[in-house]
Amino acid sequence: MRNIWILFKKELNAYFVSPVAYVMFVVFLILAGYFFFSLTAAFNLQSMHYMRYQGLASNMNVNEMVIRPLFYNISIILLLMVPLFTMRMYAEEKKAGTLEVLLTSPLSNLQLMLGKFLGALALYMIMLGFTLIYPLVLSMYGNPDWGPIASGYVGLVLMGAAFISVGSLCSSFTENQIVAAVISFGVLLFLWVISWASNFVGPKLGELFSYISIIEHFDDFAKGIMDTKDIVFYLSFIVFNLFLTNESLELK
Amino acid sequence: MIEVDHLTKKYGDLMAVNDISFKVQKGEILGFLGPNGAGKTTTMRMLTGYLPPSEGTARVAGFDVFDEPLKVKAQIGYLPENAPLYGHMTVKNYLLFMAGIKGVRKKRERISQVDLVLEKCRLGDVQKRLIANLSKGYKQRVGIAQALVHDPAILILDEPTIGLDPNQIIQVRNMIKGLKDNHTIILSTHILPEVSLTCDRIIVIDRGRLVAVDTPAGLSRRFQGSERVYLEARGPADKLLAKLKAQAGVVNVEPCEAGYLVESQLKSDIRPQLAAAIVNNGWELLEIRSIKMSLEEIFRQLTTTEEAAGKQEVVH
Repeated sequence: MRNIWILFKKELNAYFVSPVAYVMFVVFLILAGYFFFSLTAAFNLQSMHYMRYQGLASNMNVNEMVIRPLFYNISIILLLMVPLFTMRMYAEEKKAGTLEVLLTSPLSNLQLMLGKFLGALALYMIMLGFTLIYPLVLSMYGNPDWGPIASGYVGLVLMGAAFISVGSLCSSFTENQIVAAVISFGVLLFLWVISWASNFVGPKLGELFSYISIIEHFDDFAKGIMDTKDIVFYLSFIVFNLFLTNESLELK
Repeated sequence: MIEVDHLTKKYGDLMAVNDISFKVQKGEILGFLGPNGAGKTTTMRMLTGYLPPSEGTARVAGFDVFDEPLKVKAQIGYLPENAPLYGHMTVKNYLLFMAGIKGVRKKRERISQVDLVLEKCRLGDVQKRLIANLSKGYKQRVGIAQALVHDPAILILDEPTIGLDPNQIIQVRNMIKGLKDNHTIILSTHILPEVSLTCDRIIVIDRGRLVAVDTPAGLSRRFQGSERVYLEARGPADKLLAKLKAQAGVVNVEPCEAGYLVESQLKSDIRPQLAAAIVNNGWELLEIRSIKMSLEEIFRQLTTTEEAAGKQEVVH
């Protein structure tokens, strides 16, 4: 436990002593802020429009029209950004040779992987934490339902963790950070769109394709449903990737 | 302390380390000597549990490296080649971090341990500086400090003096000698004077194979084909030469510098005999000393005769 904690602190610190964390936060928040602004503005326009016809405006739902699309928009930014901050996890240390120092210290691979994984996850959660300001702003002027917001954030954390686990695996393959980023982006995008093919490949395979699609499981969370099957999917996806990372670290 | 038994590492068809066995006693400094690419680093990596061997076993401090890697790793302080460090950390923070992951449990203990190695490696005045901004010599010392921080029984240092200037080399060398009392040390190098100055025993590796294990003095003795004496005397040159050649046991006499190089059969000290011969003839003996074969010569002999032998095999 203590080893994981020490590695966790070192990993998280590494993002903040370099410009990585700050640049990432700024770019992410500018993009997410822009999406929030345009969604809210569209909602505003439409509600003004509906005001003219009594009764229609009461059908409008800020959760469905702003928050849910915002979650999807954020998940697309994540698809692009997570590979960029996970690419350094192992590749950088492999190149510098410091991984050899870690692997010859009395640490288990599990401790090493968890320390690194949780460090990246913490960075991601801090970044995501800034977006909590959007529902807060909405609650100042409207009356959003907090249930789906909470479940959406749980979904974003789980999905982000799944992205990070892919990034961690890809980073362990190579000592070249660009290669790690490209592979993890490719894998994530492929897992994202794989459900598109589910209509053409027959019922059995189609079911499998939509099951392993990383975004399909997010739908329920965004709608406000927390289903164990989705939670189990993300957790097992993460464990599987960490298992593969371990195997990849053993190969030298 | 360390027992290596038929250790082998294959990369495809390439035998990086080929059937190496040796033992290291407690408190010994063992030198790995060999040309670049001989398999020194690979052997060290197998000892530290970083690389799994293809065949053979290694035991460190009583634990098998592959069955109980964590116990072995806790006993070893390892400095990999080129001393990889985290440039973004300060020296002190880096050492505290390393002490933490190497199992120094209590915070107070970590701090005292770090202070101790800072002093041992004379890093006190740079402890608050970023590692990235340090000179090569300091970085190397931080690397050694990192290996020492959990007070391991065994130190494995891969090329600890590579890339340092002569003053720094002497500093690092003295530091290593100072560590001898409390640690068993394995170090690798391809710099010859280094091993003869620091090591108790030498292992010569060439192309993955162990070619010799001995003390520096023992190596000189073993690989010297004949005893050699340098002699300088004043007298009629031709008579002197004839007289020297006539002595029993003398194989060859060659003029060398201002005197002669007298080669004789192995394990015979012919110095008294030569001295007597010169003095009895009324000539003046100016200097007489036996010449030890330098480690450099032995090294070259070991690693090139091997090559010659290999070529012969191909011919046959």
